[in-house]
Amino acid sequence: MYPELGQLALVLALLLAVLLSVVPLVGAITGRDSLQAFARPLASGVFVFIGLAFAILTHAFLVDDFSVAYVANNSNSMLPWYYKMSAVWGGHEGSLLLWILMLSAWILAVAVFSRRLPTVMISQVLSVLGMVAVGFLLFVIVTSNPFDRLLPNIPADGQDLNPLLQDVGLIMHPPMLYMGYVGFSVAFAFAIAALINGRLDAAWARWSRPWTTVAWSFLTIGIALGSWWAYYELGWGGWWFWDPVENASLLPWLSGTALMHSLAVTEKRGVFKSWTVLLAIVTFALSLLGTFLVRSGVLTSVHAFASDPERGSFLLALLGITVIGSLTLYAFRAQVVHVRARYGGLSREVFLLLNNVLLVSATLLVAIGTLYPLVLDYLNMGKLSIGEPFFNTTFTPLGVAAGLLLGAGIFSRWKKTDGGWLGRKLLWPLTISILASTAVVIGYGGFKPWAFIGVFTAMWVAVATFWDLWDKSSSRQGRWYGLKRQSRSYWGMVLGHLGLAIVMAGVTVVSNYGIERDVRMQPGDVAEVGDYRVVFNDIGERQGANFTAQYGSFDVFLDGEQVAELHPEKRQYPVGMSVMTEADIDAGLFRDIFVAIAERIDGDAWAIRLQYKPLVRWLWLGALVMAIGGFLAIADKRYRIKVRRQQESRAASPKIDGNPAEATS
Amino acid sequence: MRVLWALLAIAVWFATPVQAEVADVYDFSSRSEEQRFQQLISELRCPKCQNQNIADSNAPISEDMRNEVYRMMQDGASNEEIVDALVARFGEFIQYKPPVDQRTILLWAFPAIAAIGGFLIVVGVVWRTRRREAREQGLTDEDRSRAERILSGDQDDQASH
Amino acid sequence: MKRLFLFLPLIVAVGIGVFLFAGLGKDPTKLESTMIGKPVPEFSLESLDDASRTLDTSLLKGEVSLLNVWAEWCPSCWDEHAYLTYLAREKGVRIVGLNYKDQRENAFRFLERLGNPYDEIIFDPKGRLGFDLGVYGAPETFVIDADGVVRYRHVGVVNEKVWTEELLPVINKARGNS
Repeated sequence: MYPELGQLALVLALLLAVLLSVVPLVGAITGRDSLQAFARPLASGVFVFIGLAFAILTHAFLVDDFSVAYVANNSNSMLPWYYKMSAVWGGHEGSLLLWILMLSAWILAVAVFSRRLPTVMISQVLSVLGMVAVGFLLFVIVTSNPFDRLLPNIPADGQDLNPLLQDVGLIMHPPMLYMGYVGFSVAFAFAIAALINGRLDAAWARWSRPWTTVAWSFLTIGIALGSWWAYYELGWGGWWFWDPVENASLLPWLSGTALMHSLAVTEKRGVFKSWTVLLAIVTFALSLLGTFLVRSGVLTSVHAFASDPERGSFLLALLGITVIGSLTLYAFRAQVVHVRARYGGLSREVFLLLNNVLLVSATLLVAIGTLYPLVLDYLNMGKLSIGEPFFNTTFTPLGVAAGLLLGAGIFSRWKKTDGGWLGRKLLWPLTISILASTAVVIGYGGFKPWAFIGVFTAMWVAVATFWDLWDKSSSRQGRWYGLKRQSRSYWGMVLGHLGLAIVMAGVTVVSNYGIERDVRMQPGDVAEVGDYRVVFNDIGERQGANFTAQYGSFDVFLDGEQVAELHPEKRQYPVGMSVMTEADIDAGLFRDIFVAIAERIDGDAWAIRLQYKPLVRWLWLGALVMAIGGFLAIADKRYRIKVRRQQESRAASPKIDGNPAEATS
Repeated sequence: MRVLWALLAIAVWFATPVQAEVADVYDFSSRSEEQRFQQLISELRCPKCQNQNIADSNAPISEDMRNEVYRMMQDGASNEEIVDALVARFGEFIQYKPPVDQRTILLWAFPAIAAIGGFLIVVGVVWRTRRREAREQGLTDEDRSRAERILSGDQDDQASH
Repeated sequence: MKRLFLFLPLIVAVGIGVFLFAGLGKDPTKLESTMIGKPVPEFSLESLDDASRTLDTSLLKGEVSLLNVWAEWCPSCWDEHAYLTYLAREKGVRIVGLNYKDQRENAFRFLERLGNPYDEIIFDPKGRLGFDLGVYGAPETFVIDADGVVRYRHVGVVNEKVWTEELLPVINKARGNS
């Protein structure tokens, strides 16, 4: 009975979404306030009914209602309750339902938190979001209904959730990632509304900025969680494979990062408007492209959903309508006229523009690397694989260049920066970074050119960020006062850039100084990995909730002292007949020791993979710092009370002066 | 006498109780050979799996391929020979590093083209603003900022309506 | 004029869309064999039935045949076996088996249960010939022409559809040529 109600809720949500996408828009165009007034109630309605459908599906999982096909395929009565809850988004249909739940939550948030916006604007924004919701609700209802029944042959038990997904990573990773993907729809909706109005201005940029930043922060966390999950769960200690699905999440992240910075310029200086609005469209389009790539089966990936051409066609149609519609609108409505703003060759505008060039180049590079095999295959020019060697070679120089520019750009001023002054300003950070990175590289056991370049870039970003903070916080009332006086958006920028430096340092050190060994071990054997000694004590059997495991026992020593006891496992899940390698990791801020059981060689000899991973935690830590920076930036006073006051006082004294104390991200 | 000392030194060095170190699954004469092996198998794709290199994949075919790489290395084959031998059997698909040729030159050159092209555009934009600025010499700062505001269509003041 | 530049993103997007559309429904995991047009690699392996008999490439010459890679441990091989038997019995196709990474007793048990459609079976417990042929997972089926040259490879189960749409046309062509 309940599942049918769930389906009904989805249909009702679709109905309300259709109304949402039409009524307020018509109201905005014809200027009828009575129609525009429907925007907010309709937005709430869409959220309520999708939420209801989601709750019903969750209930079906919790009570093991295997008459529902989706539940039967993705759950099992033996599954612990928390995995039953997260299994809701463990497969295609449910994860799509989560996707639209997130979308409706964003729509609701826009409706609630933008009371100060002009009614026309908010009506248009909500209508555009309503259209996106219509598309995806149709997709769910037509091709991927999670409430389909298996009647009358109800299976006695479910086929179980893929063991890879029975993990805390699955509980958190998809919701965060989708919050990010879907969040960019808000920036998209603002862009479309601005294009319809022909009002691409600083106000539009200011309204879009916090939404973009929040979406970006969620996406950052989502990607980091995915990387962390792959690291400990896929079994082999890799944290980034340049797999199409990972690339699909990196694409909107890169263009979203460009968008955040470009929005800053548009807000402060009123320039690059057409560029910024294009980025807003492209970022959302890339989010949709990611969804398409994951679910259509056009590319081979470790973590793709079961491919289905019918769903693929539907998604491609959605993607096509969205992209062609918005880019056509863009082509006709974006401003061609160049704004007569003045900026010098070393102004902050130009630094941010160059940052955009690099980020967009990186976006295009990842896109072309991901899609090239598809193109060649289509042209019958063979099946190629493009993987780590290609991306590492091409992506690294762009990343380094972006980091070097960033360090210099932090000191630059709006409009104009004196070259000589900037050069003198950079001298000390440069010296410190060179010395410090040389020390780090030698400390890690040997000079390698790329390791040095990577560590130097990270140092450079970090030192420049701190230097700038030090400059800005100097105050006659003392340092503490000076620090407290900085705006939250400035702190957001500082954390964002520091986070990037941390990630860069982690990536460089772990890829250059990590040690990986595949050894043959019997109980009693000792192996060395870096300075650590790993003792294989024994291996036994263990019974888990829904699996049996080969359970290894290892001791890790450093300088004769025991630092950890590790228990990697090899699990057999009888329900799905699958085998899983569960590595065990001694995690630390400065290094991880990673032990995984590969396979039995003969007798009681096992192939064991041992890894020493210096600074690997910094990848995820840095991402977290970046995301916190994003959340901090939107908590800035500017976006709360001051907004109205600023707008009112704006006519009197336009605030577009270059104020170096203002943050840019 | 000196020879004797040297021999003794060597003997002592050999006799120093070294912690019994376990064998690698694949045994190599040197650390650099081992790294070369790791590098090779991490850049080859398992043809059977979804998207994994043969170092990480458990599939039987990956094991066969690893064994073949190891065997050829022991026979003194170069990296190219090893990759070519495997490509001859399984196709170009198994290389994660696509070869540079007519089909892929666009792919390999693309990042440089994009970055340099973008850089040139920025240079062009800055140059144009400079020239305009030179043309506008003679206006007072106040005139200019007013003109700027009007031309940029900054409609912020309408936002509060 | 300048507005034309604003159409650039649209044009690029549509271009990408065409390739994405073309990619739909294709299976990116199916690889074309590199052996096509090349003779079957030299081998010298035991016959499954009789360990004392050694088989080599001459086995695959003189007549167009299917070389079917199978093993007892491969579930899809159980699925396709009935159809292979039908092909051998009713269509008069010569099928040579390549018993891949298997054990003799298991292979015999498999044939006892399901019947033996094979003209001859090459026993390849280490998967050496399989490796040289670029086999990456059973079942795979090769079309070998009368000169012992590989003409086609199908990865996965052979059924009615695969036979009529893929294998039969290649076989007819191979027969016509020689």
